[in-house]
Amino acid sequence: MARQLIKGNEAVVKGAILAGCRYFFGYPITPASEIAHAAALYMPEVGGTFIQAESEIAAIQMVYGAACAGARVMTASSGPGISLKCEGISYMAGAELPGVIIDVMRGGPGLGNIAPDQGDYNQIVKGGGHGNYHVIALAPNSCQEMCDLTALAFDLADKYRNPVVVLSDAFIGQMMEPVEFPEARPAPPEKPWRVGGTRETRNNLVTSIEMVPEEQEEHVRHLIRKYDEVEENETRHETYKVDGADTLLVGYGVVSRVLQSAVDQAREQGMNVGLFRPITLWPFPKEELRALARKVNRIHVVEMSFGQMVDDVRLTVGSDAKVDFYGRYGGVVPSVEEILDNVLAPTEV
Amino acid sequence: MASKILKKPDSFFESFSRRSGPDKVSTHYCPGCGHGVLHKLIAEAADDLGIQDRCVFINPVGCSVFAYFYLDFGNIQVAHGRAPAVATAVKRVHPHAIVISYQGDGDLAAIGGNNILQAANRGENITVFFVNNAIYGMTGGQLAPTSLIGQRTATTPRGRSAENDGYPMRVCELLATLEGPTYIERTSLRTPKLTQKTRKAIRKALQYQMENRGFSLVEILSPCPTGWKVDPVKSLDWMEQQLEAYFQLGVFKDVGDERPAKADPERDLWSANYGTAIDLPTDLDAKLPEASPAPKYRNPSLKIAGFGGQGVLLLGYTLAEAGMLSGYHVTWIPSYGPEMRGGTANCQVGISEERIGSPIVSNPSVLIATNLPSMDRFEPEIREGGLLLYDRSLIDRKPNRTDIESIAIPATSVADELGNSRAANMVMLGAYIGKTGLLSRESVMEALDLVIKRKNLIDLNIKAIDKGIEYGRGAR
Repeated sequence: MARQLIKGNEAVVKGAILAGCRYFFGYPITPASEIAHAAALYMPEVGGTFIQAESEIAAIQMVYGAACAGARVMTASSGPGISLKCEGISYMAGAELPGVIIDVMRGGPGLGNIAPDQGDYNQIVKGGGHGNYHVIALAPNSCQEMCDLTALAFDLADKYRNPVVVLSDAFIGQMMEPVEFPEARPAPPEKPWRVGGTRETRNNLVTSIEMVPEEQEEHVRHLIRKYDEVEENETRHETYKVDGADTLLVGYGVVSRVLQSAVDQAREQGMNVGLFRPITLWPFPKEELRALARKVNRIHVVEMSFGQMVDDVRLTVGSDAKVDFYGRYGGVVPSVEEILDNVLAPTEV
Repeated sequence: MASKILKKPDSFFESFSRRSGPDKVSTHYCPGCGHGVLHKLIAEAADDLGIQDRCVFINPVGCSVFAYFYLDFGNIQVAHGRAPAVATAVKRVHPHAIVISYQGDGDLAAIGGNNILQAANRGENITVFFVNNAIYGMTGGQLAPTSLIGQRTATTPRGRSAENDGYPMRVCELLATLEGPTYIERTSLRTPKLTQKTRKAIRKALQYQMENRGFSLVEILSPCPTGWKVDPVKSLDWMEQQLEAYFQLGVFKDVGDERPAKADPERDLWSANYGTAIDLPTDLDAKLPEASPAPKYRNPSLKIAGFGGQGVLLLGYTLAEAGMLSGYHVTWIPSYGPEMRGGTANCQVGISEERIGSPIVSNPSVLIATNLPSMDRFEPEIREGGLLLYDRSLIDRKPNRTDIESIAIPATSVADELGNSRAANMVMLGAYIGKTGLLSRESVMEALDLVIKRKNLIDLNIKAIDKGIEYGRGAR
């Protein structure tokens, strides 16, 4: 079995190349820079292009341009850079352009720090840029998924003509784990709408402007229908030891790894605890969570934020279960012990 | 001028079907505006050069946002100021396309200032048509970076003042200082004669792109009677007396001859050649240890800590790699932040028979400490019954804990004897596997091959590991 021990950030680039991505435009930022380093090294080797753009804004606009041209294309950054990219992400959503953006989350707001954090959830899942749009947001919790979900991101981006964000964090990005590489994708689909400097594509126009309100409204309706389809088909999640659980832990990204260990230890202590882990943050796996919520007494949402995904959990489960929140932030990763002591134990006494 | 053009060029739509509303014949531009003339000059040039199908036109934000109503090219509409970045990527994907970035003064020189500067500096093989009318037209006549001193605009109601607003920006002169650009010229649409010069400049710029000679920018001084709040005739007077006096016409750079014509670079949107990018995975033939380790040494969570430069990250990386080669689940995480850049460094390694949940090692079952501060800091965190290995060449105290197993290894002295004290990390590694039997020597040797970049150091490291194994076994 072919495996390689590599950093999550590097797994992203290899997954992208196997998915047919040949264009990377980026700007250095810790803790995402290894993605640019790997892309600078590998893209030219596979006939692709790497440009270190003059800014985060230019990088996302280069993604916009290469996407218009029909290429599989990506960029990567962390919170401060993603804030700058939000303009471009909104334009991509409006113009229905596929592209992949990696956000390796770090502590914030502002410059914050370079340690792991999940404070960009709202920015990515609830918008970030202006206007009525969604991005598909995928949350890996291992180096393997940094590779696999990046590759999936390209497929989803092309399928729905929409930007896809892989929402990772400094921990998963900097960690090394064995990665098994997926089969290389066959050549990416032909995109008849692309603008390619050819006779066949000369009549094509990529734009996000429509001055007539009724026509812009119709465009947004079209987007809504597309988003409905995404919600219908693309929610992904994972559960761990939820059978017979009366208490459910909910977390994504590296937090879900901590919670998995907490579940094991809690069960050794006789607690009936399970784990629900959203893999797609948008679309949020509502139905699957709702079904579980009806079977448990209590839900604990744990995030490395001051409480962002917890809003979606509360909206989803309504009054079916009591939802508590436990958050660490500023770059602090919660430990298994504190989940046991501060989250699970108090409800058991 | 208008009477000269009897037929619309092919690159200009006959009917403007993309325009909403009933009028599909006239443009949305105001009377006396230069955009329409310029569009036609570009369309005629594309016809004559035979490049209509190849043209990709980047529509900016500004009055020309809807240039795609008129120009029968591949069209892309973009965010304010970002046309050069978008054009860069389109050109990189399709080198055969003729990519035209069409921008106004606010778009190019204000909000997109850095984008044009950097695209020019990269010498992107694109053509930029920069329409300078010294005003923001679309948003209602505000100050542009090229508005003249004293010019009244919606946001300089008392006229542009140098104290408050700075001076009008001469883009051609600025960009001509760069190595990257091939051709930079400023022209005007004020008279038919000047328009003919503009026509020539447009053709030259496009010709250069067709021949892959690099970046061209033609700045075109263009009337905006509406924005200037004067009638079209007076607007031409103002152009002559004011605008052209400040923005001198002429060629600012032309090094086309020094950058000879080239064929289009080859570009594959897709290739199945992965180079060495992907061909790295190791075929695993699980290298299990000779004897299974004692239960207390199985599934360890390790913390490995020392000074930066002692190779503790590499020690952990090698263990993780050997763990993977042996068929275990493994994780490796570095400490990051200021700690990594001088001072102490540490990494956390998990090697497990089961899928690893939390990769965070807060209470290690094994601590490998290679300096005193690390032992001071992490000794208290070791799990009860855990294992401590420390370099006694550098740590001159005994462990405080009595509920753990401790082994002192003279790692640095041993490495010194082998000729390089930096191999102390591998002595520690050897001691750990010698003591616990968790990993086979063979798996570690194979891991070394994967993690050590300087192959001339491998022999030294093998010797260091073997010495360490002896010490580790001796401590069993």
